[in-house]
Amino acid sequence: MAEAHPVGFQWVMEAKARGAKVIHVDPRFTRTSAMADQFVPLRAGSDIAFLGGIVNYVLQNELDFREYVVAYTNAATIVTDGYRDTEDLGGLFSGFDPETNTYDPESWQYAGHEQNGAERQDHARQRETAAALQHETHGMSVKGETERDETLQHPNCVYQILKRHFARYTPEMVETVCGVSQDAFAEVCQAWTTNSGRERTTALVYSVGWTQHSVGVQYIRTGAILQLLLGNMGRPGGGIMALRGHASIQGSTDIPTLFNLLPGYLPMPDAEKHPSLEKWIDAVRHPGSKGFWANAGAYGVNLLKAYWGASATVENDFRYDYLPRINGDHGTYRTVLDMIDGKVKGYFLLGQNPAVGSAHGRAQRLGMANLDWLVVRDLFEIESATFWKNSPEIETGEIVPEECRTEVFLMPAASHVEKEGTFTQTQRMLQWREKAVEPPGDCRSDLWFFYHLGRMVKQRLAESTDERDRPILDLTWDYPVGGERGDEPSAEAVLKEINGYEVATGRPLSLFTEMKDDGSTLGGCWIYTGVFADGVNQAARRKPGREQSWVAPEWGWAWPANRRILYNRASADPDGKPWSERKAYVWWDQAKGEWTGEDIPDFPKTTPPSYRPDPGTSGVEGLAGDDPFIMQGDGKGSLFVPVGLIDGPLPTHYEPAESPVRNPLYPQQASPTRMVYRRPENPLNPSPPEHDTDLFPYVFTTSRLTEHHTAGGMSRTVEHLAELQPSMFFEVSPELAAERGLKHMKWGHVVTARAAVEGRIFVTDRLTPLRIDGRIVHQVWLPYHWGSNGFVTGDSANDLFGIVLDPNVLIQESKVGTCDVRPGRRPTGRALAEYIAGLGRAAGQHQAASVTAPAPATDPAASKPDEEPT
Amino acid sequence: MSSFYGPLDPAPDAGYADPPPRKGFFTDTSVCIGCKACEVACKEWNAIPADGYNLLGQSYDNTGGLTANSWRAVEFIEQPLASGQRSAPFAGAPTGPSASATSAVLAARTGQDTGTEPGIEPAPDPTAAAPAAEPQFLGMPGIDLPGRIDDPDGVRRTDFRWLMMSNVCKHCTHAACLDVCPTGSLFRTEFGTVVVQEDICNGCGYCIPACPYGVIDRREEDGRAWKCTLCYDRLGAGQTPACAQACPTQSIQYGDLDELRVRAQERVDRLHEVGVGEARLYGHDPEDGVGGDGAFFLLLDEPEVYGLPPDPVVTTRDLPSMWKTAGVAAAGMVALVAAAFVRGPR
Amino acid sequence: MTAPRAGRSGDGRKGGHRPGGEELAVPPAEFRSYYGRAVLKAPVWKYDIPAYLFTGGLAAGSSLVAAGADLTGRSVLRRAARAASLGAVGVSTYFLINDLGRPERFYNMLRVAKPTSPMSMGSWILAAFGPAAGIAAVAELAGALPHRGVLGLARRLLPTAGRAAGLAAAAAAPALATYTAVLLADTAVPSWHEARRVLPFAFAGGALASGAGAGLMAAPVSETAPLRRLAVAGAALELAAVHAAENDLGLLSEPYQTGRPGRLLRLARTLTAAGAIGAVAGRRSRILSILSGAALLGGSLATRFGVYEAGVASAKDPKYTVVPQRARLGAGRPAGAAPKDTGAHQQG
Repeated sequence: MAEAHPVGFQWVMEAKARGAKVIHVDPRFTRTSAMADQFVPLRAGSDIAFLGGIVNYVLQNELDFREYVVAYTNAATIVTDGYRDTEDLGGLFSGFDPETNTYDPESWQYAGHEQNGAERQDHARQRETAAALQHETHGMSVKGETERDETLQHPNCVYQILKRHFARYTPEMVETVCGVSQDAFAEVCQAWTTNSGRERTTALVYSVGWTQHSVGVQYIRTGAILQLLLGNMGRPGGGIMALRGHASIQGSTDIPTLFNLLPGYLPMPDAEKHPSLEKWIDAVRHPGSKGFWANAGAYGVNLLKAYWGASATVENDFRYDYLPRINGDHGTYRTVLDMIDGKVKGYFLLGQNPAVGSAHGRAQRLGMANLDWLVVRDLFEIESATFWKNSPEIETGEIVPEECRTEVFLMPAASHVEKEGTFTQTQRMLQWREKAVEPPGDCRSDLWFFYHLGRMVKQRLAESTDERDRPILDLTWDYPVGGERGDEPSAEAVLKEINGYEVATGRPLSLFTEMKDDGSTLGGCWIYTGVFADGVNQAARRKPGREQSWVAPEWGWAWPANRRILYNRASADPDGKPWSERKAYVWWDQAKGEWTGEDIPDFPKTTPPSYRPDPGTSGVEGLAGDDPFIMQGDGKGSLFVPVGLIDGPLPTHYEPAESPVRNPLYPQQASPTRMVYRRPENPLNPSPPEHDTDLFPYVFTTSRLTEHHTAGGMSRTVEHLAELQPSMFFEVSPELAAERGLKHMKWGHVVTARAAVEGRIFVTDRLTPLRIDGRIVHQVWLPYHWGSNGFVTGDSANDLFGIVLDPNVLIQESKVGTCDVRPGRRPTGRALAEYIAGLGRAAGQHQAASVTAPAPATDPAASKPDEEPT
Repeated sequence: MSSFYGPLDPAPDAGYADPPPRKGFFTDTSVCIGCKACEVACKEWNAIPADGYNLLGQSYDNTGGLTANSWRAVEFIEQPLASGQRSAPFAGAPTGPSASATSAVLAARTGQDTGTEPGIEPAPDPTAAAPAAEPQFLGMPGIDLPGRIDDPDGVRRTDFRWLMMSNVCKHCTHAACLDVCPTGSLFRTEFGTVVVQEDICNGCGYCIPACPYGVIDRREEDGRAWKCTLCYDRLGAGQTPACAQACPTQSIQYGDLDELRVRAQERVDRLHEVGVGEARLYGHDPEDGVGGDGAFFLLLDEPEVYGLPPDPVVTTRDLPSMWKTAGVAAAGMVALVAAAFVRGPR
Repeated sequence: MTAPRAGRSGDGRKGGHRPGGEELAVPPAEFRSYYGRAVLKAPVWKYDIPAYLFTGGLAAGSSLVAAGADLTGRSVLRRAARAASLGAVGVSTYFLINDLGRPERFYNMLRVAKPTSPMSMGSWILAAFGPAAGIAAVAELAGALPHRGVLGLARRLLPTAGRAAGLAAAAAAPALATYTAVLLADTAVPSWHEARRVLPFAFAGGALASGAGAGLMAAPVSETAPLRRLAVAGAALELAAVHAAENDLGLLSEPYQTGRPGRLLRLARTLTAAGAIGAVAGRRSRILSILSGAALLGGSLATRFGVYEAGVASAKDPKYTVVPQRARLGAGRPAGAAPKDTGAHQQG
């Protein structure tokens, strides 16, 4: 955190100054570790085993916050008899189909809900469309009441399933899998549990070190289970937060740049499943479920109305048919492979440098070299704009500048200080920023670019009578322009539209509950409704913390409804009283008959704690007075997830797609449902139980240095930053240095089946070998900031990765892989191509015959579940 | 005429009537996260050129030290320690001996063309870098077979720490650079700080060897000496110096020196209470050889580990006696010449 | 308060070897540092400054010789010494300006007069000495002027003015010769500062020896008897003072003995001693006088370069900064507690 988020780390330091104990768990000793009271090195890719060990510690010692767990989670809910756990099936859950490597989740359902038909979708299709991402804030739908055993004794209740599932995640197993000593592990367990409960809460903060794995979603899930068991959700000082890699990454999922989502987490309509507005809305609101998604119709209609304005009417289903449809995987990696295959003609890159920043840089560059046109909008001429003339593939002859047909349009972009708008940070808080200076020269804001691009496209099509052009011609595109140059669209007008307003009067809506599904209101993103309440830009509020309550509700604006902590009903006990005075946050005011407190209560304001809905009641009225998780179909926090996840209802330790060790827990080596694209340009290093895994015997991981920004486009180009970390280097332990003959400050190179990346070697005590399952595993760490442009150049570490994705959200596994480290520089020119091809061939010999993309992975272990774990 | 040594308030001593309270920095290295925001903020505000793109290999320090082109420089020290201070991070891991000393020795050979003189030069004796990381052994562990690390009697890494420290001009109470400057380019401000006037400096270079901390340095391209001004221009406008403003963890604290000294003592006491016995202040004492620094530090090891002199002294403290000695020698010259000629021809 | 620190076992790993492999008389430095890099910034002066140390001393010595010759009626010696003085001070001025980072701003040297700055004082000393030496030298041209007219007046007045100027220059000369020692000593450069009590004598002796040496080369043997005495006295003073720097400063004597500065100082010792002996032995030999004069000049020049480079070497190696200071603290004599110059900062 100190490395990648030094400014946020000030709060850790402040907590430390006040006596907090800081524990840092990381493959290498970083600037964060330097400040920590305890540093725990672990093997990259083993976090589920580590966290699962803590879950087991909590359950075995009954350290869970029992009242909270019983009342607010699905611990008591009974799961159907047919459910079989990974414990029973060698690392697989029941319902696995080895043909498609996906599950039929029928046996994961709650008892009595086996025919939760609308939910039991085709998992293969769900994986293609990253459906779990669409469910990000949806939670699961559960129709009607669930069967519960609040004594938690029923063998099929979630609590007991959980207990059995994690029973093997013992301290000994954690030591075996993660390389963490039992003493260090016990310290972490004690710290976390003693700092949780009635009087204390623990916050969990993670970053892409957790997400960028083939089991990334389940990493976070394990954290969520822990936080729920310990009563740390919905309470002050608790929660789970993602530290984002850039400003407003949260904003880019709220108002998404993703292929499968529309603003406000409305799913992109599916060509087959959502033929009508009604079907689409029902897929979101899940008729019969509890909670606030019941109003999805209004959210969807308001979005359509915001897009197509007067043209969108009840009669034409608010132009639902104008919305694009998806019919499969259109994710960034699929798109890149399609580029290589010549299926994609054009590509927009905005503030993104995939030639350096994305996994498998070579595939990225080869893909871009096979386009008709490419638009790059950036502050500097980044590698993704110059791949055709100075990428590593020029050296190897794979791209020939004279023959590369991609026409690159480099559009200079305005920086964040040169334009106005909002950032949304991880707490879902929108903060408005003013423009400090006019952008220089031809630099313009993204808003300017897209507004005028849209305007000009509309102009070009103005005379068209082609039906397919109607969605563009009917699009509302009327933002006022102004500014020093007279052509800058008003960002505030955009925010106002996002907020929503009454069509007839233009009165801004104050809350999404004001949204109507009859076309009388419109709003671009229902969760943002209220940011322009009363016609005031609430995101621009800057009242100092000392002049308001400690929750500081008048600094910026947080969605939804300026609520600072989600599910904060859980900060009070089932009777509506704070769990403790110290942690009082939101509570039931009996006299007034409403919820009140420091924050905006995240609960129907006047629903008393004692309220119990009549059976069959759905929607908001279906929420009982003690159902704090109001977006979940059963109002409960999900320890066990029957619906929505492709790789299983519970987190399970699988080895990374590339690992030097056999999975010590299960015969199933890697995630059985992971998304793999088996193609010649995407060879994978062999992992056990395949043979010759000693070709790539070491684990490597990548991350950022404080001195650079991600792919380096904004730091290698700034001399005062570039000079601070001027060269590609990688860190090895003294022991690995000894084993491979590596010397500090000398050249070395790291190889995988995809690439060879050279840099200076840092031999440092900050890395340590670990003892994993009876053998010693070395880890290598690389920063990934370098490329061919800027003041300082170098090889790009992301070239080393192949493309393997998490099945739920299609995020790439780019925080762990296997490699070899060799002294000296890598070959250059055509010799480099041959060198890498040789490595790929060596790797390929040990893998299943190549299958036409995108056939999913087949683990030898998956089809032979009887194989003994080593 | 100012005193040459001992505690005093430099601004009134320099002739300011009713100056503002003396300003300074307290740099608390125990909370420095090595982010280098101070370096960048300083360079951006003061329009300082880059100092070259050289990898030094001394942990994450690629600046190398204070120069005319780096007025803040963040140092990184990787130190294996005897176990027992805190949770030993590598206890139980299959480690061999530490490599810190070896890596430090190899790093000490690197040079840095900073565009300044003398800039950052390679260590005259690279092996001297080894003790910086606690003397344990020299030579790569390359001869050891991997199995060697299972030797129960082998040397193993257990505890480790990574020290970080943002170095800066000390703004001494008795500033040698200012004292020896022949042009008056270096002057004492009303805030008690020491600043080079760039329109006067003729690049004589005298201030460079005069500084007991090795701070001031000359820029090759313009021939003038440069160093931290404690953002004199910002102070004049009532603002905080750029580095302190940028520091995310309050490792760099700016304020009235008297208040900072109190705060620093409280911080040291607090650290001692929680078991960080090695915390000590450096440059805070008005009784030291430079009359106390305007920019002082909380360190977690001996000053020399951070490249700081353990007992600096303003050399002009000895100037009266030096002039006296020179006078005796000069008189001797006259006497010898007189004697040589007066004895008459022979 | 003290961090746990494992002591360096005396395994002799560094064995008292400098990188050059030369054996040292002192035990190996046991100290800690930041990557072995210098604590101090070494002087950035180029050859100009050590050269100036020599030419300034030569100018001072020569003007003293000129004054002596003037007052004792040695006209050839006087003329030669005045010329040497002017020449040396002229070259000195060039060196001083040439060494500046911004030579075009040399005049800022006379912007202030600061007793705390030996360089400022030196600038003023030079400003006083230079014109006086110049007038004295120009006065030697009086004989070449016509007898009448304005120049005739000058011809008559110049010798008197020359004497006055020559005496004025001689009065400033000892300061010119010795302030440079203070200039070097008034720095944080360990081997200079520690040698502050001997450097003025080394430079004073060197100035006299070089002044005498120049005279020996230029004047007939009939006029050089005082110079031979002066050569011996100056050389003795220089040799004794340098010897003290080489031996009495503990660890900080090391830079005077080793490496290039050590070789320069050994060369200087040989030349100076030879020059002094030659001066005495060559009282009847013009050639021997010239050779000994050259040896004295060379010895003085080598001494200045040797002393200069020893200081630079001491600043570049953190050992010379850290070890003596650490010892001072270890002995309970921190700098702040010992404001008086006790001259006892000797460690080994």
